[in-house]
Amino acid sequence: MAPLVEMKNVSIAFGGVQAVDKCSITLEAGEVVGLLGHNGAGKSTLIKMLSGAYKMDSGEIFIEGEKAVINSPRDSRDYNIETIYQTLALADNLDAASNLFLGRELTTRLGFVDDDRMEAETRKIMARLNPNFKKLKEPVAALSGGQRQSVAIARAVYFNAKILIMDEPTAALGVHETEMVADLIKELKAQGLGIFLISHDTREMMELCDRVAVMKNGKMIGMERVEDVTEDDILSMIILGKNPKAVAA
Amino acid sequence: MSDQTAQAPEASPASQPKRSMFQSLELDIRLLGMIGAFFVIAAGFHLYTGFSRAGFSLGMFTEGTFLTPRNLFNLSIQTASVAIMATGMVFIIVMRHIDLSVGALLCTTSAVMAMTQTSVLPDMFNLPLGHPMIPWIAIVAGLLAGVIVGSLQGWLIGYQLIPAFIVTLGGFLIWRNVGWFMTDGATIGPLDPTFQLFGGISGTLGEGWSWIIGGLASIAAVFLLFSARRTRVSHDFPVKPIGAEVAIGAIVVAAILGFIAVLNAYEVPERVIERDFADYGCATAENCTASYGLPISVIVLLVVAIVMTVIAQRTRLGRYIFATGGNPDATKLTGVNTRLLTVKIFAIMGVLCAIAAIVASARQTYHTNDIGTLDELRVIAAAVIGGTALAGGIGTIYGAIIGALIMQSLQSGMAMVGVDAPYQNIVVGAVLVLAVWVDIQYRKHTGAK
Repeated sequence: MAPLVEMKNVSIAFGGVQAVDKCSITLEAGEVVGLLGHNGAGKSTLIKMLSGAYKMDSGEIFIEGEKAVINSPRDSRDYNIETIYQTLALADNLDAASNLFLGRELTTRLGFVDDDRMEAETRKIMARLNPNFKKLKEPVAALSGGQRQSVAIARAVYFNAKILIMDEPTAALGVHETEMVADLIKELKAQGLGIFLISHDTREMMELCDRVAVMKNGKMIGMERVEDVTEDDILSMIILGKNPKAVAA
Repeated sequence: MSDQTAQAPEASPASQPKRSMFQSLELDIRLLGMIGAFFVIAAGFHLYTGFSRAGFSLGMFTEGTFLTPRNLFNLSIQTASVAIMATGMVFIIVMRHIDLSVGALLCTTSAVMAMTQTSVLPDMFNLPLGHPMIPWIAIVAGLLAGVIVGSLQGWLIGYQLIPAFIVTLGGFLIWRNVGWFMTDGATIGPLDPTFQLFGGISGTLGEGWSWIIGGLASIAAVFLLFSARRTRVSHDFPVKPIGAEVAIGAIVVAAILGFIAVLNAYEVPERVIERDFADYGCATAENCTASYGLPISVIVLLVVAIVMTVIAQRTRLGRYIFATGGNPDATKLTGVNTRLLTVKIFAIMGVLCAIAAIVASARQTYHTNDIGTLDELRVIAAAVIGGTALAGGIGTIYGAIIGALIMQSLQSGMAMVGVDAPYQNIVVGAVLVLAVWVDIQYRKHTGAK
């Protein structure tokens, strides 16, 4: 069977800088693939071409074996791809429900936004994801990092994402909240979602991911199953930009 | 008080600290503050004018000239034009832009309408002056001009990425002088009599119709409060105690009917009635009285306010405007076309400038080259005094309208007590800065962003 996502020889340049250079990566349903690398290695850029934030210069993307055309965030969404961004893409001045449904508001028959119905749906999903979440009427600026993150995650879960992209989902969170996100990732994985996870925390990645891909200077250094490598192998790939297994072979 | 919370599912006595009567109303503190500021200003001028006429006595209260039906009527028609534009400025500022060209655009659209009704239609299309279609065609032409200019400016800002400050600063010079060019600098008038009805004193509803409108508005307000509560109950959301809802409903209805009563208390002077007593429904001039009632320009403002509030709170367009103001990148990433959104808000601003131009030119019964001069500053000040944050994302339509009312009250009040023109502007400028400072302190204190 074709993989859920396949990105083939994808490249993008900004000005003279080749941010991503002919990278290929795959993702299966029910799998978590971690992307590792230094800042500026091209992880976020690679993934933003899948989420539609950037348009790739060359290469191909296949979703469930079909060639996909992704030119905008909207296109990506049509393929059931949801993204949780590093910088929590929330409008701080709006409440949780408005953020959850931003761009896909529920409307009444007359075409007006139906705040009450959106609030009801938000209460439902929040009761599942984060039972402590009570501040439904306040702007999300008033929420803690974890609560804000759960709004972002709720957005992905609510709209039945098949493919989830999480760009450093725990970067701004405390220990307890990080655990909550980890549990959630496991649950979503069990439900059959494919998840791309970007993080700097190698240990966390070893625990959560099935496979890890390491990038450096826009190039894909290697992609390994976590049980086949040690943390040191991964670190040396990140730092040296060489795959020790490939060298040994 | 709290025994009335039985209908609120989450308001169990244990989870909820005891709330005072005042808190249970869940009123908007900022709104109360602005209304309070208005009343302080109004009472101040009223007592001052009363004092200067009657000395330190009871007459201070009765002889004042500010809180009189006549002055409040004038205040409302003077505020209308700036308030109409201020509602549009809320959207612009919420989206982190600015529009410095509104006064100039008012001039251009006013010139378009004046020339259409006095020159283009009569001379080029042979519609005789006074033809019933003339005012309406002129208004359509003015609205079109507003949309076109607004969209053009919006396109330059949204798609060509020229800062709004620059585009509209250019527009400030361009549109004032396009208006000049169209009229050769001449004053155009008198405007069509039907058109003039939108201006103020010559276009009012009279006592009966004013009460009818007031009654309908009251019913609508109560119905909206009731249906909002019913939906929240149907979703099992917490609701206010029923007593609080009734209190709010009573306050709203009292405010609407009180406003109508004040306007109806402004009677048409006898010598005006004597001239055309038949117009006021009397057979003879003897014992004939009539009231001005609700001005049409104020109805226009109220309709604009309702439409703009619905857009802001109940449509996707409004939701995206506020989302973009809060976080432009996030909004773009959710697939919203923020460039087109920019064009739309400037197009709306253009339409509102044209509507304001109808009211402003109709009120002075002719078009002049300096119509709307300095309005851009009044409009921005009204929006900002009304709580619109220049950092974007925050602002309300009603706030901008009250902001415009406060500005106009200060200006008329000072003119009334005989403050010299330069001092008036000094005070208005200082109040603008003070209002923003108070707003910053308020936000700091409440922790709101």
